[in-house]
Amino acid sequence: MDFKLKVWRQKNRDDKGHFEDYTAKGISEAASVLEMLDVVNRELVAAGKDPIAFDHDCREGICGSCGLVINGGVHGPFEHNTTCELRMRRFSDGDTIVLEPFRARPFPIIKDLVVDRSAFDRIMQAGGYVTVKTGQAPEANGIAVPKKIADEAMDAAQCVGCGACAATCPNGSAMLFVAAKVSQLALLPQGKAERKERALAMVAQMDKEGFGSCSNTYACEAKCPKGVSVTHIARLNREYLRAGFGSK
Amino acid sequence: MKLDPKVPTGPIEKRWSQHKFDMKLVNPANRRKYTVIIVGTGLAGSSAAASLAELGFNVESFSFHESPRRAHSIAAQGGINAAKNYVNDGDSVWRLFHDTVKGGDYRARESNVYRLAEVSGNIIDQCVAQGVPFAREYGGSLDTRSFGGAQLSRTFYARGQTGQQLLLGAYSALSRNIHNGGVTFHGRKEMVDLIVVDGRARGIVVRDLVTGELSTHLANAVILATGGYSNVFYLSTNALACNTSAIMKAWRKGAYLANPCYTQIHPTCIPVAGDYQSKLTLMSESLRNDGRVWVPKKKGDSRNPAQIPEEERDYYLERLYPSFGNLVPRDVASRRAKEICDKGLGVGKTGLSVYLDFADAINRNGEEWMAEKYGNLMDMYHEITDEDPYKQPMRIYPALHYTMGGLWVDYHLQSTIPGLFVAGEANFSDHGANRLGASALMQGLADGYFVLPYTVSDYLAGTKFEAVKADAPEVAGASKDAKAGIDKLMGVNGKTPADIFHRRLGHVMWEKVGMAREKKGLEEAIGEIKNIRKDFWKDLKVSGSPDDLNMEIERAARVADFIDLGELLATDALHREESCGGHFRVEHQTDEGETKRDDQNFAYAAAWQYSGEGQAPVLNKDELTFEYDIPSSRSYK
Repeated sequence: MDFKLKVWRQKNRDDKGHFEDYTAKGISEAASVLEMLDVVNRELVAAGKDPIAFDHDCREGICGSCGLVINGGVHGPFEHNTTCELRMRRFSDGDTIVLEPFRARPFPIIKDLVVDRSAFDRIMQAGGYVTVKTGQAPEANGIAVPKKIADEAMDAAQCVGCGACAATCPNGSAMLFVAAKVSQLALLPQGKAERKERALAMVAQMDKEGFGSCSNTYACEAKCPKGVSVTHIARLNREYLRAGFGSK
Repeated sequence: MKLDPKVPTGPIEKRWSQHKFDMKLVNPANRRKYTVIIVGTGLAGSSAAASLAELGFNVESFSFHESPRRAHSIAAQGGINAAKNYVNDGDSVWRLFHDTVKGGDYRARESNVYRLAEVSGNIIDQCVAQGVPFAREYGGSLDTRSFGGAQLSRTFYARGQTGQQLLLGAYSALSRNIHNGGVTFHGRKEMVDLIVVDGRARGIVVRDLVTGELSTHLANAVILATGGYSNVFYLSTNALACNTSAIMKAWRKGAYLANPCYTQIHPTCIPVAGDYQSKLTLMSESLRNDGRVWVPKKKGDSRNPAQIPEEERDYYLERLYPSFGNLVPRDVASRRAKEICDKGLGVGKTGLSVYLDFADAINRNGEEWMAEKYGNLMDMYHEITDEDPYKQPMRIYPALHYTMGGLWVDYHLQSTIPGLFVAGEANFSDHGANRLGASALMQGLADGYFVLPYTVSDYLAGTKFEAVKADAPEVAGASKDAKAGIDKLMGVNGKTPADIFHRRLGHVMWEKVGMAREKKGLEEAIGEIKNIRKDFWKDLKVSGSPDDLNMEIERAARVADFIDLGELLATDALHREESCGGHFRVEHQTDEGETKRDDQNFAYAAAWQYSGEGQAPVLNKDELTFEYDIPSSRSYK
């Protein structure tokens, strides 16, 4: 398959950035978008040009490194996949494909298609954990967790931290990301002791990083590679209110 | 140099607890005076960083990723072993120990393996306390499943994303310690050299991957938790950035590298489909619990698999290994798949795949049940191959997955450079010549949570440190060497991107140093690798600037190290005139095509010592003795 590409090139954080045109020829329909970029980059390097910088690693949808806006859609025009999982057979031969970085105020562009998502790490550092030291933790089966609860916690815990939720949200809100962790730990008995502090600290850090507010567009759930449900946002809201009113 | 594994004596079941008591401690008030550098934030690195910081040490954590959570441990699918015996099927520390020693084809150190089995239960406790959402039974207790090489159910899991959940657990502990100030995290920084002063590891040189700037960082001890080197084969199940550079830098500074030829080829991966591929995708071994491996009995039978009647199918693993069936260890399953395909019985367009069929399990339990257990794997397969595994069998073929070899370490996980510790897949310690499924996660977390906090403390307490100045010749020298290394890559200015050399190397490795190795092929491989090295330094093209985010420099530097490692791996494979676990020498097999060990001559870990650019490495032998699990022929019949 052959494609015309319009790719966002930006030298560094301060550069204004612009689109450049490339062609990708003879691409296998089973190749991923990133494997197509590999081909383009190999040609650029051989010609002595600066290759297109993009983040990627596991290439199987779990590490959360990759993330492009493809034809206007975060991780591409479809639902529930990461960029690395998007195969070229979903496009038509001869298509023009526009590739841009994730755009959200707290994700500054580092170069080309690479953005800085360390804001997510700082939100986690603010409270996304159970305070437990390494050592003699209680016997694992001493804490019973009904299957239904464990499954729901796992649904939330699947978040890969890619940032698609914030990049696709019209308000640039990171509520789904924060909710996934708050909800996972609020559901499990292990997380209950710190639920109040956790919800408050993580939301405060989210605001400090400059993420916007949630206005229930549900765009995040649609684009989340793991389909993390907005019901977790509802649980985050409850956790936050409960913490704010000082009840236990 | 005589290798001293520092294994304690006494009954094996008391060694670790006695040794913990015998080791020195650092007074809590003095701990913050010590700095420990940890490179890598996978399971081993994150868990070690969090645990050492909790003790009060000052921890500096480094990753070439932006976030610690991106480390490749995240991609582990199937599960983590622990000798809990929750299901009353006869499990115990002894049995996990035995299964691991036998699974490794009697090429691991008994004391290390026993310790691993001993702490396995604590790992599960620790992870549950952190809020890792393991799979549960309806009553709320933890669920388990079976993995290859074991006849019981001791594998704990979180759907098909166990590695992700365990890493996020360790990451949460790490994040808490970053928040508390015990750990300083340095993201997008790649280690480019090790600083050794007066024979001790005292720091690292790193390159900032965004600005290209080099900086030196000093410490009292350095821990490498930098993963495995499967990507020397170009195509593997590893993430693309996984590399061998950190351990090769340490090797060139005097750390021995042990058993590089012990590589694990995983039997259940999505087969190679074309040249465009940048990696191979694993389908978790757990699928072999409910999937049956088969090929048509007739060569070239191109019927739709559903139309091939039972009696015309060869369920070859069940036929050859009636007691373990589809759950034989990985090396055995991989070799048999290759053998069947070499006979021309493989399926798919290329003939290089076999069926993994879930029809029986789906008929028995329904699609919904299947989706609940393996949903993400089924979807991933469907997306990649465009074939629906609920409707037709998966096609699978072996691929490089894990490397048992790595830097040589003693019982303390300390390398031959004092003060340099090595954890997780980067060391060679626990899996012998073959790792059992669901044991990598166990080992990474055992090293980080339960071994290093003791042994690193002992080292720090027992060592008198002189202050190292930032302008000391060893520090400035390492920094200068690192800069020269980058200039050298930029200076070749040929025509060929690093990726092309990597591909060439991978091709040689897979064809001649892969699943079946023989003397002639290995000798050819060594010659070809030397040629690749020559061409690399003559015709490499790195575009862009060194003072910028430049992924071509990163890649070129890694490929240069892969070439050197590839040669060492082939050299090790050539010297080991026996077959064991993942190392299969065609010349050494039983009449039934199983591995034929030579315990008389090869019951040792081969620890290779660097002896200078272009010089042949020196072999040192770490002799293995078996007091508890007497080597026998490994049978899974």
